[in-house]
Amino acid sequence: MTALDVPAQVEGEQGPVSGLALVPRGPQEQKPADYRSDQEVRWCPGCGDYIILSTVQSMLPALGLQKENLVFVSGIGCSSRFPYYLDTYGMHSIHGRAPAIATGLAVARPDLSVWVITGDGDALSIGGNHLIHALRRNVNITILLFNNRVYGLTKGQYSPTSNQGMVTKSSPLGAPDAPFNPVSLALGAEASFVARALDSDRKGLAEVLVQAAEHRGAALVEIYQNCPIFNNGAFDILKAPGSERHLVKLTPGEPVGLGELDDQGRHSHLVVREGGRLRVATRSEADPGQVLIHDPGDPDPTTAFALSRLSAQDLSHVVTGVFRAVSRPAYDDDVRRQGENASKASPPDLEDLIFDGDVWSVPSPRGARA
Amino acid sequence: MNTEQIDRIVVRFAGDSGDGMQLVGDRFTGQAAAFGNDLATFPSYPAEIRAPQGTVHGVSSFQVHFASSDILTPGDAPDVLVAMNPAALRANASDVSVGGVVIVDPDEFTKRNLAKAGYASDPLSDGSLAHLTVHQVTMGALTLGTVSELGLGRKEALRCRNLFALGILSWMYGRPTEVVEDYLREKFAKKPLVAEANILAFRAGWNFGETTEMFAVRYEVPAAALAEGTYRHVSGNAALALGIVAAGWVSGMKVVLGTYPITPASDILHELAKHKNFPVLTIQAEDEISAVGAALGASFGGALGVTTTSGPGLALKSETIGLAVMAELPLLVVDVQRGGPSTGLPTKTEQADLLQAMFGRHGESPVAVVAPSTPADCFDAALEAARIAVTYRTPVILLSDGALANGAEPWRLPVLNELPDIRPDFSTEPNAPDGSGTHWPYVRDDETLARAWAVPGTPGLQHRIGGLEKAADTGAISYDPANHEHMVRLRQQKIAGISVADLDVHDPSPATTQTLILGWGSTYGPIQEACRRLAARGVPVAHAHLRHLNPMPANLDEVIARYERVIVPEMNLGQMALLLRGRGATNLISHTQVTGQPFKAGDLEVAFLAHMEGAAA
Repeated sequence: MTALDVPAQVEGEQGPVSGLALVPRGPQEQKPADYRSDQEVRWCPGCGDYIILSTVQSMLPALGLQKENLVFVSGIGCSSRFPYYLDTYGMHSIHGRAPAIATGLAVARPDLSVWVITGDGDALSIGGNHLIHALRRNVNITILLFNNRVYGLTKGQYSPTSNQGMVTKSSPLGAPDAPFNPVSLALGAEASFVARALDSDRKGLAEVLVQAAEHRGAALVEIYQNCPIFNNGAFDILKAPGSERHLVKLTPGEPVGLGELDDQGRHSHLVVREGGRLRVATRSEADPGQVLIHDPGDPDPTTAFALSRLSAQDLSHVVTGVFRAVSRPAYDDDVRRQGENASKASPPDLEDLIFDGDVWSVPSPRGARA
Repeated sequence: MNTEQIDRIVVRFAGDSGDGMQLVGDRFTGQAAAFGNDLATFPSYPAEIRAPQGTVHGVSSFQVHFASSDILTPGDAPDVLVAMNPAALRANASDVSVGGVVIVDPDEFTKRNLAKAGYASDPLSDGSLAHLTVHQVTMGALTLGTVSELGLGRKEALRCRNLFALGILSWMYGRPTEVVEDYLREKFAKKPLVAEANILAFRAGWNFGETTEMFAVRYEVPAAALAEGTYRHVSGNAALALGIVAAGWVSGMKVVLGTYPITPASDILHELAKHKNFPVLTIQAEDEISAVGAALGASFGGALGVTTTSGPGLALKSETIGLAVMAELPLLVVDVQRGGPSTGLPTKTEQADLLQAMFGRHGESPVAVVAPSTPADCFDAALEAARIAVTYRTPVILLSDGALANGAEPWRLPVLNELPDIRPDFSTEPNAPDGSGTHWPYVRDDETLARAWAVPGTPGLQHRIGGLEKAADTGAISYDPANHEHMVRLRQQKIAGISVADLDVHDPSPATTQTLILGWGSTYGPIQEACRRLAARGVPVAHAHLRHLNPMPANLDEVIARYERVIVPEMNLGQMALLLRGRGATNLISHTQVTGQPFKAGDLEVAFLAHMEGAAA
């Protein structure tokens, strides 16, 4: 399939349509190894990017696509080397601009599964504007935001998600900046799909990635990723023994809970609604009527926003999984639909276009007008 | 009533920016086109959408030059000025040619309006207009009287007085009226009352001319002897947009325009957005950088990525253009130049982005640059830019400017089956010379040096490109010093080797002419007109006009060397002259102007003579 004979439109407009609806399937079943490129992977030993890469390579076959129909577009930074290591089409672009480039590609080519690989500096600092507008427009792309809370490639300056007060080479007296919460930001930017995962949680990450790819519209997945060189152990609290007290895994239709499991598999703590806010309560003190049941399809983003801020930067209560997955028109579908409708109403004809309006003829060197 | 036949006339409508001057100017142009005159126009409007009413800052004007013979410029000085208020008179009266006609509404010359316009005394009575023929027509009152029967409010009724003025001018020059009335019916289809009021005002203006004895003479400007063909009247921005649609058509590629609104380029977006029935998609991006990014992303996907902007936007796009240079993808970047630096003069014209287009990126980052010379030529220039972009897999910057963008002229419509074939020839089979069965994206065509272009979706040709230096042929990341040296020179060589037409020289007497005028871009009209006037005075000068600014035509150095002196007029401080001197030219005289206004043919005529005499002395 080439650029010239792509399907123009999503068929059937009832209910959610897959983000991959217009991407050709099969015929060959693919294996994780098919997605490995011939390039030597060159991240630092112990970098969280390795696990994310192998998780992505492992989950891609589950989408049932052919690898020539996937494109990974990245910006600049350690994580943005990602496309080189996948045997798909890819573009390692410039700092912060991957969502813009992916938007043009997605508009032009509905037959591709378009992914953006970005980091906290790339997406939230230099490229913040493109990120929020891609989410607002709901372009059919899948954005993986690797958040290690530091600038790695430039050797360790604080980033827009670093802890306030963090001591780095560029902030010897502590970073004065207040950080972004990427999930809150995405929800505020009208994102239709927002999720969070941990680099070390291969299963949870893979589940979220499949859902993100199949979401029609912009899907943002924040991935907490360890930088062993400049911010080592930033997320250890979520990986060490006792992490269950800090980690909330969202499951649609289930109560939102955390903490040790009892012999019936029930969490020791629950998230409850209280005075228009969310709070973590012990199971015994929680009013059963106020326990939050997770609904990622809630059209109102208020609860998802509250969940994204269950704890602040300190990771005391970190929510993972899909915060929000709602169906709304994808920008690129609408752009193409306008063209389709216009072309049905008035089939394109260059002669009609050029010879339009008040046209007159000069038949001979001293001719009269028509 | 006498009717005099004349060869040409320059009319300027001037009023507040809300007075509808652009509309009547445009209609008067349409009438001249429908009549078969040759024509050229020059709209001028303030940067503010509605500057304070009645002040000189808020004056908007539209100049139309129409003639029975071939003309090249909107005219140096208006023969007729319609001034809707004292501010419009004050801003424009000094431009009117001696003995010219001024039409004003005396009711507008109140003490308050005179003060707002900055007049210390009433110009209608203080003798300051003695060198002009002033007609006082109470256009507002007459319009009110005419449309009162329709029951419109006073404010709405008064809005029709621009059509009353157009009616007078239409009568005076025997212009066809149906085209105006048809236009008004269509424009106000949803407001039939407003359409009717405007038509009544227009007819009343015509009838006023017919019945009053104020105007002693009616003029007739016969149809022009244009070359055989079919014509329509077109502005530069419209022609440019149509050229982009045509480029998509002849390349078989979807056009994806990524753009951000900016004066004076926005009309290209407006025009393209009307033609979505073609494979033309428009993205109004969040900023200039996103706009060019979207265009480049679309190009990566095999579409013709286009972005349109003006100087400030080009500055913001420069990093992405550099990526397109490295990624070797087609990208059409249209810069409709305006006065700079910074916000500068958004609605005025200038040619001062030439060096930005040539060099305004980090690293050795060559791109092709082309410039149209007239409004209608914007169509051909867009097609040529697209041809180069697709054939050579390179960004191309098209340098239009404010004068071309908003100016209009008759466009001899192209023969469609003679348009160039610029299909992209995508790769479909693995090309690795080592027989590995893989795709090497930087294997090149021997002749054009264009790289192999495989678009996503092509099975077996998966590859990664990006901004990091590429190994020759394989396209893998390479930090090898010798490879970088090779690739930098190769990218330069590819652009230098783009095949472009030789420079044509218009030389009335090649054996004896010693002076060549070498221009580029929108200065074509005034330069050619000045050369004609000099030839008529027995002073032959040659004129050549550059369309390809990078690479320049192969015969350029030889053409320059043929003449004793080469005058290079530019609306900047000598940027083209700098480039030509860099090629080794030593016989150049740089002639520059940066007023935000196009050159006037009369000024150039005088300047060329002075340069020739100065050089001879």
